[in-house]
Amino acid sequence: MRNLLIFITKYNAFFLFLIFMISSLLIYIKYNSFQKASFINSTNKVTGNLYAKADEFKGYLSLKEVNDKLAKENAELRNQLRSSKYVDTVAKHSVTDTIYKQQYSYIEAQVISNSINKRNNYLTISRGSHDGIVKGMGVINGQGVVGKVVFVGEHLSIVQSLLHKDSRFSAMLAGSKEIGYLQWGDDLNPHSGLLVDVSNNAQPKIGEMVVTSDLSLFPAGIPLGKVSKLTTKGGGFFLNMEVALAVDFSKLEYVYVVINKFAIEQITLEAQEKKADE
Amino acid sequence: MSRIILINLVRFIVLVLLQVFLLKNITLYNLSTPYLYILFIVLLPFETPNLLLFALAFILGLTIDAFYDTPGLHAAACTLLALVRVLFISITVQKDGFDNEPEPTLSIMGFRWFFTYALVLTLFHHFFLFNLEVFRFSEIGYTLSRFLLSSVFTVFLMLVSGLLFFRKKERK
Repeated sequence: MRNLLIFITKYNAFFLFLIFMISSLLIYIKYNSFQKASFINSTNKVTGNLYAKADEFKGYLSLKEVNDKLAKENAELRNQLRSSKYVDTVAKHSVTDTIYKQQYSYIEAQVISNSINKRNNYLTISRGSHDGIVKGMGVINGQGVVGKVVFVGEHLSIVQSLLHKDSRFSAMLAGSKEIGYLQWGDDLNPHSGLLVDVSNNAQPKIGEMVVTSDLSLFPAGIPLGKVSKLTTKGGGFFLNMEVALAVDFSKLEYVYVVINKFAIEQITLEAQEKKADE
Repeated sequence: MSRIILINLVRFIVLVLLQVFLLKNITLYNLSTPYLYILFIVLLPFETPNLLLFALAFILGLTIDAFYDTPGLHAAACTLLALVRVLFISITVQKDGFDNEPEPTLSIMGFRWFFTYALVLTLFHHFFLFNLEVFRFSEIGYTLSRFLLSSVFTVFLMLVSGLLFFRKKERK
């Protein structure tokens, strides 16, 4: 016993190393399911507040750019208003539209922290469970798809950016409606992604739009990017291509969280399907 | 004694803030990202007890993790860093020299020793950090180049800060 104690005190550095290394690795492994180590992230009070303060300063620097973007988006939305269209038939009917009901609604949020230079990037946004955000919701901005909510605090949430090794969004080629998956390439370039697992019959063209498919958690048709190169270095059984991403992740200021009215129904149904499979 | 604690406390806060609000946004060619915050552990006094050293490294790692949203990643890398520090110092510095060399800074230990010391510690820390973050063998080429270029950047910043706070030996 005494010898053991002497042994331990003599090599105390190594034993301390073991203890701390094991505890940090445990935290790291548990975190991969994200809910458990809930206080060590940027939605907690201290880090969240600090990021919000710093973002206030940074916000002033990009005011002009944000304004331009908003004006452009406003113009686009105005084009879709019914009042800016005219009816080119003589007979006018007044129809109360009962077929279309709102399926998607949007909450605007401010990005208070963002990164693009790590292998796995996350954003922190200024809305939380208090504002009706739920884990798993999609996040977009005026240009296209940004990511997916993975952790919700009371007033802040964390979004797993498209620039993350586990991000995979269902996508399709806008022209031919061929379905594939969009993911981030492994070369850490924040402006390019990969469209993979497209059927071999598809004939993609350079410059063709890649948009979200009907299968994703976003409304169909939200831009993801444009096809920029028809081959990738990896290869595979299906067609893979490089995509120039629509969103400029280095300049994110405001985003919209997509609320899908049927999300809960879809999730419970799919959970039942999984159960039936087992 | 209280002066040393105060200096290290200030150093901790300044380095964390610098890392989180400035260096987090800096990348060169998508490859080189500096992690200067480890300078805090590098510069702790020689006489720091091992328990305190490991605890501080762990806390520093967790603090950075909280800002980077990667719980455990930097904590693990910092723990390894602390072990390498203990081994390196036990090999290169003689125990009885501690009285007039309280801290392993550039001005006290000289350029050559400090450069090797900072380089070895940074290489271990970054290698572990980048590989644990990616954890995929298929991307080993990119990971290694990121690791090497980031290490160069970090060591460069360490040397710059060492020269910035250079003081002539005041003791003796």
